[in-house]
Amino acid sequence: MSELSDLYQELILDHNRSPRNRGKVEDADGSAQGYNPLCGDQISVSLKMDGDRIEAVKFEGSGCAISTASASLMTEALKGKTRVEATELFEKFHRLLTEDGSGVKLGPGMGKLAVFSGVCQYPARVKCATLAWHTVKAAIENEEGQVTTE
Amino acid sequence: MPTLRYFRRPLLKQSLESVFTVNPSQTVNQSDAKPLDVARIRADFPILSRTVNGKPLVYLDNAATTQKPKPVIAAVQHVYESMNANIHRGVHRLSVETTAAYEKSRLQVARLINAAKESEIVFVRGATEGINLVAQTFGRTHLVEGDEIIVSTLEHHANIVPWQILCEQTGAQLKVVPVDDDANFLIDEYKKLLSEKTRIVAMLQSSNALGTVIPVTEVTRLAHDVGATVLIDGSQSVQHHPVDVREIDCDFYVFSGHKMYAPSGVGVLYGKEALLASMPPYQGGGEMIKSVTFEQTIYNDLPHKFEAGTPNIEGTIGLGAAIAYLQDIGLSNIAAYEAQLLKYATEQLSKIPEVRLIGTAKEKVSVISFVVEGIHPHDIGTVLDQEGVAIRTGHHCAQPTMQRFNVPATARASMCFYNTEADIDQLVDAIQKTIKVFA
Repeated sequence: MSELSDLYQELILDHNRSPRNRGKVEDADGSAQGYNPLCGDQISVSLKMDGDRIEAVKFEGSGCAISTASASLMTEALKGKTRVEATELFEKFHRLLTEDGSGVKLGPGMGKLAVFSGVCQYPARVKCATLAWHTVKAAIENEEGQVTTE
Repeated sequence: MPTLRYFRRPLLKQSLESVFTVNPSQTVNQSDAKPLDVARIRADFPILSRTVNGKPLVYLDNAATTQKPKPVIAAVQHVYESMNANIHRGVHRLSVETTAAYEKSRLQVARLINAAKESEIVFVRGATEGINLVAQTFGRTHLVEGDEIIVSTLEHHANIVPWQILCEQTGAQLKVVPVDDDANFLIDEYKKLLSEKTRIVAMLQSSNALGTVIPVTEVTRLAHDVGATVLIDGSQSVQHHPVDVREIDCDFYVFSGHKMYAPSGVGVLYGKEALLASMPPYQGGGEMIKSVTFEQTIYNDLPHKFEAGTPNIEGTIGLGAAIAYLQDIGLSNIAAYEAQLLKYATEQLSKIPEVRLIGTAKEKVSVISFVVEGIHPHDIGTVLDQEGVAIRTGHHCAQPTMQRFNVPATARASMCFYNTEADIDQLVDAIQKTIKVFA
């Protein structure tokens, strides 16, 4: 039996109460809408690039604590990352959510994102944690002129 | 197959349930109802004795699907162990027995809803397929550009999307009857929408998301006054109180077995005989034909014309067992018990300051939707699950209802006759705990 506090860690509750980087980036280079048809959660992500590096990411929308905190922490984690680094981080994050005990193996690169390691005990909530990441991926690709859907 | 008509016994003039039949939009007279032996009833449902996360299971997601009592489980097991065969085709003993058991369920359904004839009962996969069947056969045959279909704001997606598809195909238009802030159906607004253009009125009898009961008898009468055909979705009604399709006088009535203690994958479409007879088939295949040549196929009689392919035989036989179980308890008794439980749950939830109920209509089945200020329903659902309490969170396949009440989702506790006040107390404790976690 997993403990509720493994899922709702204090950092997640904090980012749910006070999400960082909420709003829209001015003069955005890319943006995308994310939608979770299971629960009706909606999120929009906009980003500003500086060459190949992400200069700023912001998000808007409504969602559960997991989805809101994930979006908030994502915007912090992606700042300054290149496109390739962002994609790699998403892959690592996804493995953290879906593979048991992978948090240890994934190493220090995860930073604060490791706080979501409890999600793997709650398969119904994995989509909540990945919604913002899927959306930012679409925004990055949109910035490169590609049309994407989730 | 004409040679197997022996099972078509004439319907008893008055079924057991029709003795108790009341207008479902009226409050059941609780003084006539017998109290339920809930401890005995709970013992009939093996799953209710399991634990979740070390806590006793409190199952409050009955509007999504109900648990199954032992007689239903036994009926399905009996099919596999003692009689399993395909129906309507074999001369051997197993096929004859299975056919008889399958057709007995049809008779039980006819009696349950007081249909005039067994041939008016079509077995489908569920209410969703029943609605699609009517839209694509009756609807496509009769509707043209400029015609109108009326639904209510509270519809499940299953009673919206099939009509939208029909509108795309025919050029007909969808009109929506609004509800007030308590989610009461606005009959005066409905009257304003009715016109000679109205061809179909499709409405749920009770809302799965909010519990509102719609006065379907009056809705039907008014629709018939303008010459429209009426489909009523009884998915959240047949398990809660007596239903009489002849008193409602609707042209079609649909419901799903799995929401009324029967196996999933079987449902019912009731249709007035003349209408069903005039409709083209929905799907082609075995069973729905009398004879097939490459030049011409002659369709089978009702209801078999609409039952192409081998149906969910064991599920349908299980549905018969579920109906017998419900009738043994008595649907009027169930209605009275659930009304009391709804009252208790409404009072208890209203005592929590952070809780806001969504849907407080005057007439409701035992469904309570709510939101907690500052906490997303999904988070409520996860904490409640940790406490062993199973509820539904989300939009309940009724997104227009969520939009009407300006919420992305709700938490929903849907009760039935095996739930108790102790279940509600455990729900309330779990909500209190949720509020503490997110404080």
